[in-house]
Amino acid sequence: MSGAVLEVRDLEVCFGDVRAVRGVSYSVEAGEVLGIVGESGAGKSVTSLAVMGLLPRHAKVAGSVLLHGTELLGAPEKDLAAFRGKTISMVFQDPLSAMTPVYRVGDQIAEAVRIHQKVGRERAAERAVELLDLVGIPNPRQRAKAFPHEFSGGMRQRAMIAMAVANDPDVIICDEPTTALDVTIQAQILEVLKKAQRETGAAIVLITHDLGVVAGFADRVLVMYAGRQVEAGTVRDVYYRSRMPYTIGLLGSVPRLDAGKRLPLVPIEGNPPSPSCLPPGCPFEPRCPMAIDECGLAEPPLTEVAPGHRAACVRADEIGDSGPTPAELFDVGGGSGTTGPGFTDTTASADAEGGAVPMPVAVPPFPVRLPRERRDVVLEVEGLAKHHPLMKGAIFRRRVGTVHAVDGVSFEIREGETLGLVGESGCGKTTALMEILELVRPERGRVVVFGRDTATLTPRERMAVRRHMQVVFQDPLASLDPRMTVHDLVGEPLAAHGYKDTGPRVRRLLRLVGLDPADAARYPQDFSGGQRQRIAIARALALEPRLIVLDEPVSALDVSIQAGVINLLEDLGRRLGLSYLFVAHDLAVVRHIADRVAVMYLGRIAEIGQVDQVYEAPMHPYTQALLSAIPIPDPDKERERRRILLEGDLPSPANPPSGCRFRTRCPKFKVLGDARRVRCVEEEPEVRMLEGDHGAACHYAEKLDVV
Amino acid sequence: MMTLPEEEFAEVQADAERLRVPSRTRVVAGRFFRTRQGRLGFGLLVFMFLLAFLGPVLYPWSYTDMDFSAFMQPPSLDHWFGTLQTGSDVYAVTLRGAQKSLIVGLLVAVLSTGLAAVVGSFAGYFLGWTDRTLMWVADLLLVLPAFLILAIMSPLFTGGRWPLFVIMLALFLWMVTSKIVRGMTKAIKEREYIKAARFMGVPPSAIIFRHVMPNLASLLIVDATLNVSAAILTETSLSYFGFGIQPPDVSLGGLIADGSRTALYAPWTFWFAAGGLIITILSVNLIGDSLRDAFDPGAKGRA
Amino acid sequence: MAAFLLRRLVNYMVLIAVATSLAYMLAATALSPRSNYEGRNPRPPAAVIDAQLSRYNLNDHTPLFERYLRWAGGVLRGDLGSTWNGDRVDAEIGRRIGVTLRLILLGVVLGSVAGVLVGAYAAVRQYGWFDRLSTAVAFVVLAIPTVVLANTLIIGAVWLNDHLGAQIFLVSGEATPGFEGGVAGGLLDRVKHLVLPTVSLAVGQIAVYSRYQRNMMLDVLDADFIRTAMAKGLRRRTALVKHALRTALIPAVTYFAFTFGSLLVGATITESVFGWHGMGEELVASIRTNDVNTVAAISCFAALAVLLASLASDVLHAVLDPRVRVG
Repeated sequence: MSGAVLEVRDLEVCFGDVRAVRGVSYSVEAGEVLGIVGESGAGKSVTSLAVMGLLPRHAKVAGSVLLHGTELLGAPEKDLAAFRGKTISMVFQDPLSAMTPVYRVGDQIAEAVRIHQKVGRERAAERAVELLDLVGIPNPRQRAKAFPHEFSGGMRQRAMIAMAVANDPDVIICDEPTTALDVTIQAQILEVLKKAQRETGAAIVLITHDLGVVAGFADRVLVMYAGRQVEAGTVRDVYYRSRMPYTIGLLGSVPRLDAGKRLPLVPIEGNPPSPSCLPPGCPFEPRCPMAIDECGLAEPPLTEVAPGHRAACVRADEIGDSGPTPAELFDVGGGSGTTGPGFTDTTASADAEGGAVPMPVAVPPFPVRLPRERRDVVLEVEGLAKHHPLMKGAIFRRRVGTVHAVDGVSFEIREGETLGLVGESGCGKTTALMEILELVRPERGRVVVFGRDTATLTPRERMAVRRHMQVVFQDPLASLDPRMTVHDLVGEPLAAHGYKDTGPRVRRLLRLVGLDPADAARYPQDFSGGQRQRIAIARALALEPRLIVLDEPVSALDVSIQAGVINLLEDLGRRLGLSYLFVAHDLAVVRHIADRVAVMYLGRIAEIGQVDQVYEAPMHPYTQALLSAIPIPDPDKERERRRILLEGDLPSPANPPSGCRFRTRCPKFKVLGDARRVRCVEEEPEVRMLEGDHGAACHYAEKLDVV
Repeated sequence: MMTLPEEEFAEVQADAERLRVPSRTRVVAGRFFRTRQGRLGFGLLVFMFLLAFLGPVLYPWSYTDMDFSAFMQPPSLDHWFGTLQTGSDVYAVTLRGAQKSLIVGLLVAVLSTGLAAVVGSFAGYFLGWTDRTLMWVADLLLVLPAFLILAIMSPLFTGGRWPLFVIMLALFLWMVTSKIVRGMTKAIKEREYIKAARFMGVPPSAIIFRHVMPNLASLLIVDATLNVSAAILTETSLSYFGFGIQPPDVSLGGLIADGSRTALYAPWTFWFAAGGLIITILSVNLIGDSLRDAFDPGAKGRA
Repeated sequence: MAAFLLRRLVNYMVLIAVATSLAYMLAATALSPRSNYEGRNPRPPAAVIDAQLSRYNLNDHTPLFERYLRWAGGVLRGDLGSTWNGDRVDAEIGRRIGVTLRLILLGVVLGSVAGVLVGAYAAVRQYGWFDRLSTAVAFVVLAIPTVVLANTLIIGAVWLNDHLGAQIFLVSGEATPGFEGGVAGGLLDRVKHLVLPTVSLAVGQIAVYSRYQRNMMLDVLDADFIRTAMAKGLRRRTALVKHALRTALIPAVTYFAFTFGSLLVGATITESVFGWHGMGEELVASIRTNDVNTVAAISCFAALAVLLASLASDVLHAVLDPRVRVG
């Protein structure tokens, strides 16, 4: 390992009695990208902060961190400060809180320059502008004078990268650099990182939970679980020849853009162990389907299973290079239709387990499902619009414009159907959903629920409609009142609609979503994220609704937990004949759960249709770019894909472009002749049905395979 | 209309071993009493209460008595804290003053915090005209000099009408809290559990009392505690100028005012009243601060 | 922007007008200047008293509303009326504002600066000896009412003067009346008078600011941007001063404006105990002397001070924090 720029050996971090990181070792060479993946709480970020020496003082760090052969652990602050930002630099996850709010962006970058280089104030400011230009910020001279809050998320992250490369470092540690960003912006930032690496020749340590990002970007991968590395090797080794059941499970639980309902999601049962009370043996043993007695005795060491490929599992050799598929390993029934009618109700037997309870995945054949056209329309939205005033200034508030958050959106949902409403942040999907839930006359357009126009509802009728339409929000901790017990929470809709003696019904509901009825007396804080979302789902089901509106119901959950909740929703939908309006930004999740999908851009629908049609042959240039930007956790496939990069940020919804709203960033618009462009600039495209019920709002729509 | 499959209705073994969950009150109380600060504050306050209300019980002198054989006498076995120029027993009048201060402080705090909670949460939840009207009234009361108004009204508080004084004092203490409550209500209103309740069909007043107020409980309790000391201090200042609790009743502020004139040569006339006041306020502040930490352990100090 | 400020100013004017009117009505109803004259020895005849009171617009036999209109008309022309014995209220108030400003300026500045420094240092060394000590002291100080503190200071100063046999601290008034000893001597005399009231104001302020600043500082100490600053290569100390303190200072500065405004009329006790003839003392005196017009004028001034202070604190906030600045 002579060429290693950064070498970490047996790194241990303790906070009091909590061992957050336990024996992590890795090294990176110049120009190499090492991906560190794992779920929240796996110790990824703590590892990187320990390397930088930026952990709080009460953290105890042991082991060795060598930067060009110089030991960093225990070095005096003076020496560390000389390395930080010069030889080794860092890009943080949340670029808003990572920048000092009261200083200008340019000054903060210039500060990084002046700490390590003896240059004047003017020269440093000049260098800051050059750096902003390098990371692709338009008008860098002018934007350098802006404050961090005036930047968009993507721009802030670009500025953070500019700061990190200011002194031409040898190692850049990126801690979840794209997690807070939308996918099209994520694609841009990953490009910037690649460019930064080319310019500096630095080694990159990329920490992320997104297996897709790692697949496309990293050379080698390190998988962490409960503070330890459990598998390490080249990207292809880890993805195609996984030796550790956890890695196999993790890969199986990610919803994939390139696979619809054909491939069932594989949830990993239970939750990661708390770092304060680790089991004596392999930390994954309680959740591992392959566990044998030996696993519970001692933690398996990380051993070499093939050249350059190491795994920490006593049965790694048995798994071999062509190990079981996730579905086989975690004993999930294959695709639909392989099992007979009926489903095994596993909930009762699994109550004892603290974690998520396995849900029946096998599906009963639906009793003669009518063709779509003959089923009732549950929700019809026509030309819905919502404008709200744009205010500026926190103290001297004043109105500076009108945000056209939703500007003419139409769709319908039929009985037993799931419509996915997708789009990036700011596209108006949540506003549209709130407008529907208010059940009042919208500013413009019509909302018809179960055949009743919301504009004409009396309060009593509105209550009746509410009964049949329930909602599940994104963050289960925020949507469950922390001061109420689970029983009161789940019983609240019942009480609001005049039911008495809700106890037995609440217990039934808890069982239905795979929770222990005895948990009714506990508070939501006592549960894990996945379990809390199950409580929220139980509450939504309490009144036996026909339509459930779901606002990003799984985006706050780790992938292995997320898979279980998606499976539960899918299963409940089929069994109870529910209709879902599923709002999400994650197109892979939507592909998995939805029957139909509507893609929104800047307050309007860009494309709508059957899921398979839209994903396999998208017609709107925005959908095409969006789909191409989503990484797939498959290294070979990911590296072969052609990415359509969008330029710039979302235009302000207060001042959308004339004609087609997407034209300012549209890759198709760029290649059109002037004569054809006129139409895009002058005429706002409506959704046209092009093939059956597959429609797109583009004057020049044509199919393109991007997945 | 859907129906749940039959097997789902199989009755669950009713009330199997209910998990024993510690109630929130107990958790907060536990955290409160674990800190030295909390124990000290609580102990001091209990001591002051016991002293103020049980102290005079077996003592021969009452606060209205005057010993014409002992004017301005230093503490002795007969008069534990000495006597005043009038022959009043310092121990008796100080305890009487402490009683009044404690009662006034507690009542004012409860009243003003209650008012602040109702006004703030209604303004913050309904916004619009309700908000504008209520907050205008709050602004007006903030702008009015409370000390001056109370001082002008002081003749009304004579003859045992001190409850009126309590009400007036409370009327001038709720505004700042209500603005905080309003801001927090606005934030809570955007939380998903309020939206969820709204979309379930729970009426607004039920949402305010069932979801908003309980979630502000920690703020309100802490604020009420700190209002106790604010009320006692205001009462003291007013009484110092003779505008607070009116004779024949006594209050610590009045005693301090009289005592400060004789403090140089008769320290007992000043220090017992001043000390009692300081201990009371210190204990209340300590309790308030510890309660804040107990309710919200993450907000301050990371242990 | 202009329309916004105008709306806000109009709202302020309305608030001041309503508050002052309320105070006037209350004072005119509850206070009785007549008793001042009736208590004179020999007692003037009723007709003379009536005439005198009517001249000053203080006659309680005139209907309240009529008196109010006459008073309000005067105020609109910039005339605040007369005191009960015929002096001009405007002149008296103007003189006393100067006294109050001279009294509180030093105390408030000293208190806030020292308090911020103490609080910031305590936060950086959280749970260190300095933090523990300053917290304990702040708690004790906050529990001592100004009345007690001021009187204790006087007791201590008198004791010290006696023991040293020299008048080091002067405990009454702003300056020794009729003092002769040149400019330097006069200045020293004023300083001797100023020390104790300044201490009595500053001590409480230090306690408040140190608690406040400590909490603000703790909030930003763990902020991500401090980590970024250190990741850039700044030492911890530099990062704390340049990035943490600068950010955590914003609330303290806006709070400063607020305290200053409220103390303009709120230093009642300090002024009374140390015998400074400022606004706070006037407030008490005007009620004792049944001086209706002065009470109303003080209310007006107090309302103005509070509103200007809140406006100043908002402006300061906007200046210091780009996040709330108007784009």
